[in-house]
Amino acid sequence: MLSFLKEHKFKFIGYGLLLIIGIIFPIVSPNRYYLTVATLGFIYAIAVYGLNLIVGYLGQLSLAQAGFFGLGAYTSGLLMLKLDLNFWLALPLAAIITTILAVLVGLISFRTKGHYFVILTLCIGVIINLVIEKWDSLTGGVRGLIGIPLPNPIGPLEFKTLESQYYLVFVFLLITIYVMNRISSSLLGRTFRSIRNSEDLASTLGINVMYNKLLGFAIAAFFTGIAGALYASYIRFLGPEISTHHLTFEFLLFLLIGGQATVAGPLVGTLIASVITESLQFAQEYRMVIFGLMLILIVRFFPGGAVGEARKLKVKVTDFYNRRKAGNYPSGPGAGSSKGKLGVPSKGESHVTKN
Amino acid sequence: MLVLEDVNVYYGAIHALKGISLTVNEGEIVTLIGSNGAGKSTSLKTISGLLRPKQGEVKLNGEVLNTVPPQKIVERGIAQIPEGRRVFSQMTVMENLELGAFLRKDKDEVKKDLEYVFDLFPRLQERRSQLAGTLSGGEQQMLAMGRALMTKPKLLLLDEPSMGLAPILVKQIFSIIETINSGGTTILLVEQNAHVALSIAHRAYVLETGRIVLSGDAKELSESPEVRKAYLGG
Ligand SMILES: Nc1ncnc2c1ncn2[C@@H]1O[C@H](COP(=O)(O)OP(=O)(O)OP(=O)(O)O)[C@@H](O)[C@H]1O
Ligand SMILES: [Mg+2]
Repeated sequence: MLSFLKEHKFKFIGYGLLLIIGIIFPIVSPNRYYLTVATLGFIYAIAVYGLNLIVGYLGQLSLAQAGFFGLGAYTSGLLMLKLDLNFWLALPLAAIITTILAVLVGLISFRTKGHYFVILTLCIGVIINLVIEKWDSLTGGVRGLIGIPLPNPIGPLEFKTLESQYYLVFVFLLITIYVMNRISSSLLGRTFRSIRNSEDLASTLGINVMYNKLLGFAIAAFFTGIAGALYASYIRFLGPEISTHHLTFEFLLFLLIGGQATVAGPLVGTLIASVITESLQFAQEYRMVIFGLMLILIVRFFPGGAVGEARKLKVKVTDFYNRRKAGNYPSGPGAGSSKGKLGVPSKGESHVTKN
Repeated sequence: MLVLEDVNVYYGAIHALKGISLTVNEGEIVTLIGSNGAGKSTSLKTISGLLRPKQGEVKLNGEVLNTVPPQKIVERGIAQIPEGRRVFSQMTVMENLELGAFLRKDKDEVKKDLEYVFDLFPRLQERRSQLAGTLSGGEQQMLAMGRALMTKPKLLLLDEPSMGLAPILVKQIFSIIETINSGGTTILLVEQNAHVALSIAHRAYVLETGRIVLSGDAKELSESPEVRKAYLGG
């Protein structure tokens, strides 16, 4: 029970910090450049949250993520530019259209597994990118879309300043994190993780694997579409390169740095990566080499990412203290009653002492 | 309650089940014994809908299950504990158990069943926040059984629960299978360890390369010369 409370304490502290730092950042930020970096980081983080649902929770390495991001961005941008739609209508429409396309894509690609799924989604990403690039009359092709309007004001709230845009994006980030946290701690999150663990086992429990994969894919695309729409009205210029696989791999890198299948991971990873990117500006084109090296190191030595490894460390530390308190035996209710109905010697109670 | 009629199953060109017919009555423990590759796991997967018969029928209380999707078959009350990887290794004991109750809406009953499972396997309660992958082989088997019980099955399909366990643990697991059965759950038990399987079963079928070659009362079978020679070591 105590450990349960502690776990939640950490969560509350995390949320508190996020809220406070998030709110005061524009006030204390030394220059406007940092504010831009943070805003863009938050937008990417929302897309990475989507990716986390598919890659982290469902265990399906989808490489169509930037395709969906570009789709959301272009849909929203075009709706605002060509149809004069209000941002507050264009954004949800962009999210919904992205979701619908993702479901169609999912229906096809989830018929495959493993490497085939990875390759298929990579191809789908490329196709989306090509359509954006070649459909000149609609998307402006390689020239891109210029002059996408700012988000429309809500009553007295306008989004003309960098600060107001930052807060707007921050609110969307908070909503995203809230939803992801709800999913993660609910039966749905557990269902997703069980599919990642073993599809066959999941289906023997009555879990409809295909349906749940599609559902996860759809939710992920919805948030990715939102991120795209936010990007469109923040940067106000769209080029086809925002839908290339380069961006997909960056999202993937952010996720791995932060930690898959964790609620904090996408944000932590995106922020760490943004800071690193900015401090590596001098390296220019060679940045990707450094990133590549980082990726190898992470996958090899820190597969849990920042959040996952921190969590492991926490477990180790609590374990250590519990052991010290309980005199080398694991604590917890009934741990002492090793003569339960089934007297299996377990690892924690081994009579052979290592070290 | 469960009837298989002339069931034929193929893996591509491989004819794995060559016309199997068997019956499991309500309240029974029925065992399906046979050596490696006989088609035991294939039979269970066919019943739970993971594989489909090319010919023949699987019927539960008269209803043909051939085209019913696996999750609906679970809803009808059939739970399977597959062989090999039995638990969600990256999830905790508690999460594994909760997933067992995935399809259930009767939350109060679920709580009671959880207590029942912890009663049967106190070890699981002690280790409820541990990752299932770090449990010992025996504990994982208990967890798999506990999780299957959380689906509140009418019929429990067990695929080689003795595999990889020490003899003392096998005995304990099998006595729990008997306890579960006396609680009203029908059991179809697949085993290579014919000795223990026949000791708790009411009836038995012997499977050899996709065909049922012998069947009958478990006790009688365990005394029959063919079975003694082939499966009980003389
Ligand atoms: N996925 C598969 N693809 C092709 N052949 C398979 C497949 N699974 C099983 N088989 C074949 O079907 C036959 C029956 O296999 P099955 O797994 O049912 O045996 P079993 O009786 O459970 O054996 P064991 O006791 O070793 O688990 C074997 O000859 C096996 O090689
Ligand atoms: Mg088998």
